[in-house]
Amino acid sequence: MPLIPTCRIAAGLLLAALTAGQTMAATIKIGEINSYSTLPAFTEPYRKGWQMALDEINKAGGVHGDTLEVISKDDAGKPSDALTAANDLIAGEGVAFLMGGFFSNVGLALADYAKQREVFYLAGEPLTDAMVWQDGNHFTFRLRPSNYMQAAMLAEEAAKLPAKRWATIAPNYEFGQSAVAVFKKLLSAKRPDVEWVGEQWPPQGKLDAGAVVQAIAATEPDAILNVTFGADLVKLVREGQARGLFKDRSVVSFLTGEPEYLDPLKDEAPVGWIVTGYPWYTITTPEHAAFLKAYEDRYHEPPRLGSIVGYTLMKSAAAIIAKAKDTDTESLVEAASGIGLDSPFGPIVFRAADHQSTLGAFVGTTAVKDGKGVMVNTVYKAGGDFLPSEAEAASLRPKD
Amino acid sequence: MSLLLAQFLAGLASAASLFLVASGLSLIFGVTRVVNFAHGAFYMLGAYLAYSLTTHLTGPLGFWLGILAAALLSGIIGGVLEILLLRRIYHAPELFQLLATFGVTLATQDLVILIWGPDDLVGPRAPGLTGALPILGQFLPTYDIFLIVIGPLVLCLLWLLLHRTRFGILLRAATQDREMVGALGVNQKWLFTSVFALGVFLAALGGALQLPRTAVTHGMDLSVIVEVFVVVVIGGLGSVPGAFLAAVLVAELNAFGILIYPAISLVLVFLVMAIVLVVRPYGLLGRREGAARAPLGALLRPWRPLHWVGSLGVAVVLALATLLPFGLGRYGLGVATEILIAILFAGSLQFLMSVGGRASFGHAAYFGLGAYGAALAVKWLGAPMELALLAGPALAILGAALFGWFCVRLSGVYFAMLTLAFAQIVWSIAFQWVTVTGGDNGMLGIWPPRWAARAPTFYWMTLLLTAAVVLGLRHLTFSPFGYALRAAWDSELRAEAQGLRPKRLQWLAFTIAGAVAGLAGALFAFFKGSVFPDAIGIGQSIDGLVMVLLGGVGTVSGAVIGAIAYKAGSIWLLSQTDYSRLVLGLLIVFLVVLFPKGIAGSLQAAWLTIRTRRPKTGPGA
Repeated sequence: MPLIPTCRIAAGLLLAALTAGQTMAATIKIGEINSYSTLPAFTEPYRKGWQMALDEINKAGGVHGDTLEVISKDDAGKPSDALTAANDLIAGEGVAFLMGGFFSNVGLALADYAKQREVFYLAGEPLTDAMVWQDGNHFTFRLRPSNYMQAAMLAEEAAKLPAKRWATIAPNYEFGQSAVAVFKKLLSAKRPDVEWVGEQWPPQGKLDAGAVVQAIAATEPDAILNVTFGADLVKLVREGQARGLFKDRSVVSFLTGEPEYLDPLKDEAPVGWIVTGYPWYTITTPEHAAFLKAYEDRYHEPPRLGSIVGYTLMKSAAAIIAKAKDTDTESLVEAASGIGLDSPFGPIVFRAADHQSTLGAFVGTTAVKDGKGVMVNTVYKAGGDFLPSEAEAASLRPKD
Repeated sequence: MSLLLAQFLAGLASAASLFLVASGLSLIFGVTRVVNFAHGAFYMLGAYLAYSLTTHLTGPLGFWLGILAAALLSGIIGGVLEILLLRRIYHAPELFQLLATFGVTLATQDLVILIWGPDDLVGPRAPGLTGALPILGQFLPTYDIFLIVIGPLVLCLLWLLLHRTRFGILLRAATQDREMVGALGVNQKWLFTSVFALGVFLAALGGALQLPRTAVTHGMDLSVIVEVFVVVVIGGLGSVPGAFLAAVLVAELNAFGILIYPAISLVLVFLVMAIVLVVRPYGLLGRREGAARAPLGALLRPWRPLHWVGSLGVAVVLALATLLPFGLGRYGLGVATEILIAILFAGSLQFLMSVGGRASFGHAAYFGLGAYGAALAVKWLGAPMELALLAGPALAILGAALFGWFCVRLSGVYFAMLTLAFAQIVWSIAFQWVTVTGGDNGMLGIWPPRWAARAPTFYWMTLLLTAAVVLGLRHLTFSPFGYALRAAWDSELRAEAQGLRPKRLQWLAFTIAGAVAGLAGALFAFFKGSVFPDAIGIGQSIDGLVMVLLGGVGTVSGAVIGAIAYKAGSIWLLSQTDYSRLVLGLLIVFLVVLFPKGIAGSLQAAWLTIRTRRPKTGPGA
């Protein structure tokens, strides 16, 4: 007989504990996908960035008391593998939404998956304009300044140069092609007197530097637009300097000021190029100082642009969840539209019209200091100033 | 005029390192008949070692010592690899060594990241060779002049080695007829080891010499290996002067090509290779391969249709597969569907390899044509899935019939390389024709209609098609057509004497394999909802080869097992670790050593052994 009441009490206590657990400390799972094995040089700092943000958020009590948990997957740099991972996260792990992506085609594949499966997707690195415009959809938001925005920032600077004859060199794929196309369009609009005298389209990673440098030099340009990066950039810089290509010529270059690309060049970094990038060593704003200190204390190395993207992406995710109050797709999409938050670069907004954030980039010129490549005379260009108006951007998107 | 000269010299400088790597590959193939996929890995290893050595050994002497030591060290590592790995598998079926060296390549990619870190490394420039000389108003870097000299110098040294030393005489003899060399009492083991080490030394030297020009990255192996294969084939396999000629030809065409049409370099080498192989089937300076190796067919037992136990097993497995949606969640079903598509793709390649006797290195072309055919039908014609699933294979059949007509005229490695060339041409069209195919941003929104959108429905549809096609291919293998194909492969002359038309049979087999791969591609497009150029990429072709070889090239349907093992393994590893390539690569190497006939082939052999040992208990055959 005494057994039954004890059982009842125990069961009651258990029930109370369970329901209390549900209301007090649930876990919100977030699925994250990136090219960790293919591009560790970029995705490692990125991972460190979001891990730091995640710890900050959870130490501060999570979001409305809920702990955030990130389940991270590798896509091996392939869209099809990214989709398998997305399926694993959504159907297998039961995450609330997806974030991440590095390559444009991976980002587009995930965005299309998000549309098909009606899942919220917060993209970090993919640069292609198609992601928020031509192929933009209701479920996809993107953090990083797009190809168009960076081209607009550089074109603004390029228009101030006296140069009239321009040559371009860009990797032969969508990123390079659209970077050149947008830059040409914007610069020609500002400077109708500009002439486009030559273009080179080496395959990504296989720049035949000697031949390409000669071919560009033969068109006798006043200025050169460069979109190559990584090992191709190293080849171009070395061969170009040996052959005198950059002598008395202006060079405008995408991404070159990002530590990811500038650091490996060491004292051979080009001097006087106008570039976009991330000069963490010259930014003095309090937001960035706080981020820099926390990052260096934690990892004992300077951040890279990937760190900023990872950190801000995680903070954006937390802000969206906080605003949404619930983690179903429609609440998240609604919360993300027009949401504002603070990033290490200052306040940003995810525009409601095209789901593009107004995170900006730094523009400056390259120099060599203490045997290292750096950016000098840097200016932060707020992303919002280089985007078409929301009405115009909305007209670029397919009708849902 | 001065521009043309500068362009010519720039081309010569690029040719030098291409030649170094290619000559090593050519030597190795000539003697051992091994298609050394790991050659690019050694090129990369040479560059990484040279980076470490030259940053520690400073000064002009230190730099050159570092370069040389890096190449020597790589050569020694290559020799050890030959002793530990390749020696065990020389007698495995043709191309099996390719699988082993592919495993080594995969593992190396992750190893260099573990050792040297993920960042691109920029090494020092060559002391004394950092400047440029003005030539006719153009600046020519002095390091380029050095490279222009080193190419012919190495060619001369190799020529002397091959023609003026006993070692060289043995090498040339082995290239022509290695069984005879063995019969004459030459220790083949050490001959093979030394030639492998020499080839690796040359590859690593080529990589180390790139140090002053470019960054060292963990992706540089793949960017060089295909180009080097191409150069070796254009020059003629086993021919060192041919490799030199081809390297110069490719580099010069590239240097001048970009003056006229800057986007050409993406596809140029493959265009050149396709043209050369169509006009001169054995490369510029190559000779018809001697009958150095018994054809694969002779190594095998004749095939038999499945034993009743086997048939029962297949029926049980099929029944279980049909019931899978009741036991698996949506993710598990997604993986199962992906594996089924891989089975279809690998099965089509196996039909071509095991029955047709031709190993294609570019089978992804037809997978990709199928995928793009379906996607284009949806995007531009608004076709429903049912129709698009026909349009995909239709495009693949067109492609396979066209390319196959050229390809079946060749055999062995030349056939493999011509298929690769066509695949790369298709790839570059998909990659380059942005307005139609979306370039590398691919084509999106190719989702199945409502009735097939649910995971179990799509799975059942894929299962039905895969099972029907794989069984159909088996049926074809045991039909008169299959036997005729087999005959054409075992002995083309006798088959012809019997009134068969080998070329036409093989052309037909090629087209059938293309059609099946196309169906796999079309299913893949709807499964993923999108198509990207990497569906036609070299990686996809290699995946196919690995699945067939892993399953067992000597079997009829081993690819089914190979596809399940490889696909499930790689998906699982990818979701578990950032170093999936290291684990997968080592796993492949172990499997190759343990099961030199492939998984299915080894199982079959074990089964046959059991049956012959205990004939009474076995059912009467």
